[in-house]
Amino acid sequence: MEQLEYEFDGAGSLRQSGPAVLVGVVSSGNLEVLVESAELGGRGRIVVNTSVRGFGEIWQAVLTDFAGRHNLANLLISINDAGATPAVVSLRLDQAAEEFYRGEP
Amino acid sequence: MTTTSCRTTGQSYYESNALKRITSLLDPGSFHEIIRPEEKISSPHLRILGQPCSFNDGIIVGAGRLAGKKVLIAGQEGGFMGGAVGEVHGAKLTGLLQRATEEGPDGVLLLLESGGVRLHEANAGLIAVSEIIRSVLAARVAGVPVIGLIGGVYGCFGGMGIVARCCNALIISEEGRMGLSGPEVIETTMGVEEFDASDRALVWRTVGGKHRYLIGEVQRLVDDDVAAFRAAAIELLNDPRPLSLEELQKEHGMLSDRLKSCGSAYDAIDIWHTMGIAEPETLPLLDTAAFHKAVQHVYRGAA
Amino acid sequence: MALHSCDTLAQNRQARLGRARTITGGKLLRPEQVTELLEAIIEPGDRVCLEGNNQKQADFLARCLSRVNPENVHDLHLVQSVVALSEHIELFERGIARRLDFSFSGPQGGRMAKLVGSGTIQIGAIHTYLELFSRYFIDLTPRVSLIAAQAADAAGNLYTGPNTEDTPVIAEATAFKNGIVIAQVNKIMDEVPRVDIPADWVDFVVESPKPHYIEPLFTRDPAQISEIQVLMAMMVIKGIYAEYGVQRLNHGIGFDSAAIELLLPTYAESLGLKGKICSYWALNPHPTMIPAIESGFVKSIHSFGSELGMEAYIARRPDIFFTGADGSMRSNRALCQAAGHYACDLFIGSTLQIDLAGNSSTATIDRITGFGGAANMGADARGRRHVSPTWLKAGQEAQGRNSSMPRGRKLVVQLVETFREHMQPAFVEELDAWQLMEKTGMDIPPVMIYGDDVSHIVTEEGIANLLLCRNEEEREQAIRGVAGYTPVGIARSRSAVENLRDRGIIKRPEDLGIDKRLATRDLLAARSIKELVRWSGGMYDPPRRFRNW
Repeated sequence: MEQLEYEFDGAGSLRQSGPAVLVGVVSSGNLEVLVESAELGGRGRIVVNTSVRGFGEIWQAVLTDFAGRHNLANLLISINDAGATPAVVSLRLDQAAEEFYRGEP
Repeated sequence: MTTTSCRTTGQSYYESNALKRITSLLDPGSFHEIIRPEEKISSPHLRILGQPCSFNDGIIVGAGRLAGKKVLIAGQEGGFMGGAVGEVHGAKLTGLLQRATEEGPDGVLLLLESGGVRLHEANAGLIAVSEIIRSVLAARVAGVPVIGLIGGVYGCFGGMGIVARCCNALIISEEGRMGLSGPEVIETTMGVEEFDASDRALVWRTVGGKHRYLIGEVQRLVDDDVAAFRAAAIELLNDPRPLSLEELQKEHGMLSDRLKSCGSAYDAIDIWHTMGIAEPETLPLLDTAAFHKAVQHVYRGAA
Repeated sequence: MALHSCDTLAQNRQARLGRARTITGGKLLRPEQVTELLEAIIEPGDRVCLEGNNQKQADFLARCLSRVNPENVHDLHLVQSVVALSEHIELFERGIARRLDFSFSGPQGGRMAKLVGSGTIQIGAIHTYLELFSRYFIDLTPRVSLIAAQAADAAGNLYTGPNTEDTPVIAEATAFKNGIVIAQVNKIMDEVPRVDIPADWVDFVVESPKPHYIEPLFTRDPAQISEIQVLMAMMVIKGIYAEYGVQRLNHGIGFDSAAIELLLPTYAESLGLKGKICSYWALNPHPTMIPAIESGFVKSIHSFGSELGMEAYIARRPDIFFTGADGSMRSNRALCQAAGHYACDLFIGSTLQIDLAGNSSTATIDRITGFGGAANMGADARGRRHVSPTWLKAGQEAQGRNSSMPRGRKLVVQLVETFREHMQPAFVEELDAWQLMEKTGMDIPPVMIYGDDVSHIVTEEGIANLLLCRNEEEREQAIRGVAGYTPVGIARSRSAVENLRDRGIIKRPEDLGIDKRLATRDLLAARSIKELVRWSGGMYDPPRRFRNW
């Protein structure tokens, strides 16, 4: 297992209030993404626990693009990964962010 | 021929994950999760072993309403380690059942999908399974019906197979499988001549939904459709079977009759033949409606 | 002056048959006689064709050949489509065979690479199917062929049934050059359902103890198709099939193309494409085609081989498949390969590695896998002259405005996810094929599809249209631009890629008007094998290992 942490600037000091959202399942080649609001001074934090070591740079690239698509201000995103490809990671992240902002469980 | 005639028309139970099954089974918007994922109560054992964890440890528990009735509900996530039972996973299920005994809801729904005990935390998992069994029976004694639903990818085996058979009633789809030892375990211990786990047709006619229904171990066989599971669950909640000495004796009677009439059968098809089904080898190919029609004259109901 | 030796092959054939008469008086052999017969007939150094493809295998004859005494039968030159069985490799390990000309070696690729490295196997060349079949009639004609059929009558007429595959080409090349043809059959019948190979092409027939092996190679369980594959299939249908009006095509094997097949009755239908795309196919009878056939998408399918469990369904759909008077299908790999090469406007398939020039390969450093059929399907047909709108449009895009001679192009599409399982990137700076070439002493690296034949690359990130690229640099950036988060993709020039996107050379799902959120498994016309059976009206009988009922 490897734990990776990334921080991103959010757009403004948006206060997030929606309920936490969990998307995806920790099965082989898949992952779960938990999105919750947190007091992070306007920044966003992503914590990744992955079963596959040594892909920190790719995670950085995938998450940077994700942060470019969504405002992560004051969001804590936690990921449990069981070897998902970047395509699946991006898809789950987008699904999770959309669900969080829609405010549906 | 249209798409809808060939595809499961509604939402496939088999294809859905635990959360989707729960939210679409219950009355819309009524589900409230207990121990939410953001509490991050994961398995301490898996973390030490360097295995991927899940924020809900592979099971979702909570409360909601089914056709207006108050129910507690649990859904095992087959995708995470085949729904295997570890310490946290088991404790969540036991806690839910104990709550049922205390609060007395209209029923408990267990969406079972599990290969049994999680090998990584074997002792804790084994203890958890025994606690679950005890709490299922306690809830039933307290008058709360416990209904099991089986229709996931991984089936319901091992300790959870025992839990299933302790419920008031079971609902299964053709895709669902239930048993004690799974097919691979039987093949490994008894040899491929005894049971070829790669012969999926054999596996399904031995542990699959249709056979479990025919031999009286489950009360409802439904299509792989969450709406069909929901309708059956509503029916069974309205007609709970009490846990009594009389009921237990009836069940034991059924088991000893079965041993007498089918104890020497080598294959499920032999059993179906013995039951008086005209063309038993055609049963696996029938859809649920045609299957019910073909067996209604011999089906004696579940004990 | 007359040549005094114009019939040495015929004389040699008579000599071999004479030796055979000490073992059997007629055509029919008992299984236990076969090894002895092979020792009597085959001479050291002979060129022997052992029938076997990735579907049907002359497995009993292969086993018998592997048991001959290497002191009597040795240094054979094997010519065969696919090296698939353990027995094939044993022939070399025991010294019975030395040289090999072949096409594909999937399952034995690892052992083969080792034996080539140690000199135990000497490879002549690795071929595409059409190349190898062609050489049977030029410079690789077999002296003895060991073939497989479904049934034979006492005279030796063969019924090859739905899995006719390579048999006609092998039998013809051998029988008409005074070679010897030996067939294993599953059963001897009084009368065969139809004659696929006439008796006078066949010298000996044996009923094998077990029916020949057939691999259900083209069965893809829809349950395993991912939502990423659904997204890519949507892009292919909307961005390529609809765009070029693709009516005649071939699909490679795999879950990616199975997803396309299962989206025809749903997504393609919703775009109003029925009748406008995907009518005519060179294709094995993929079970995942059943919903498209039943929905009226498909007019015709000609097949390389058959597929286990599809026989009854095929027999009930003679408007679609090529069937004989007996009702069962007749496949023919050589003709279907030719059809796919010359008469199809599009090939789409997957691969393991693509380099910056678009060359693709399925070779890895320690496996010799060969080519099979994709290389013939996935190559522009330079000998083609007839016009179709699809072919012409592709040609116009490739030529630009400045060409004085109008000419069309085949669409050759590579469909890959940027990462395969275990995070292996599909895009690389250099193909592993180069290292394999070094290691095994080949003259050229084994390239499955050359970059200059590829028209489009489709990944989950988008479509790259290589026809529209005007120089090497554009081509490279177009490939990087769909290579996702692979090292090749990360090293893209963002400005160059945006420029290509503005010019429509790179198209993202959103550029095609595709909402990624709709890319779910709910779009598949069937999500399980059972639903395929239902679509077939119960006529598809899947192999047991694919059932969950």
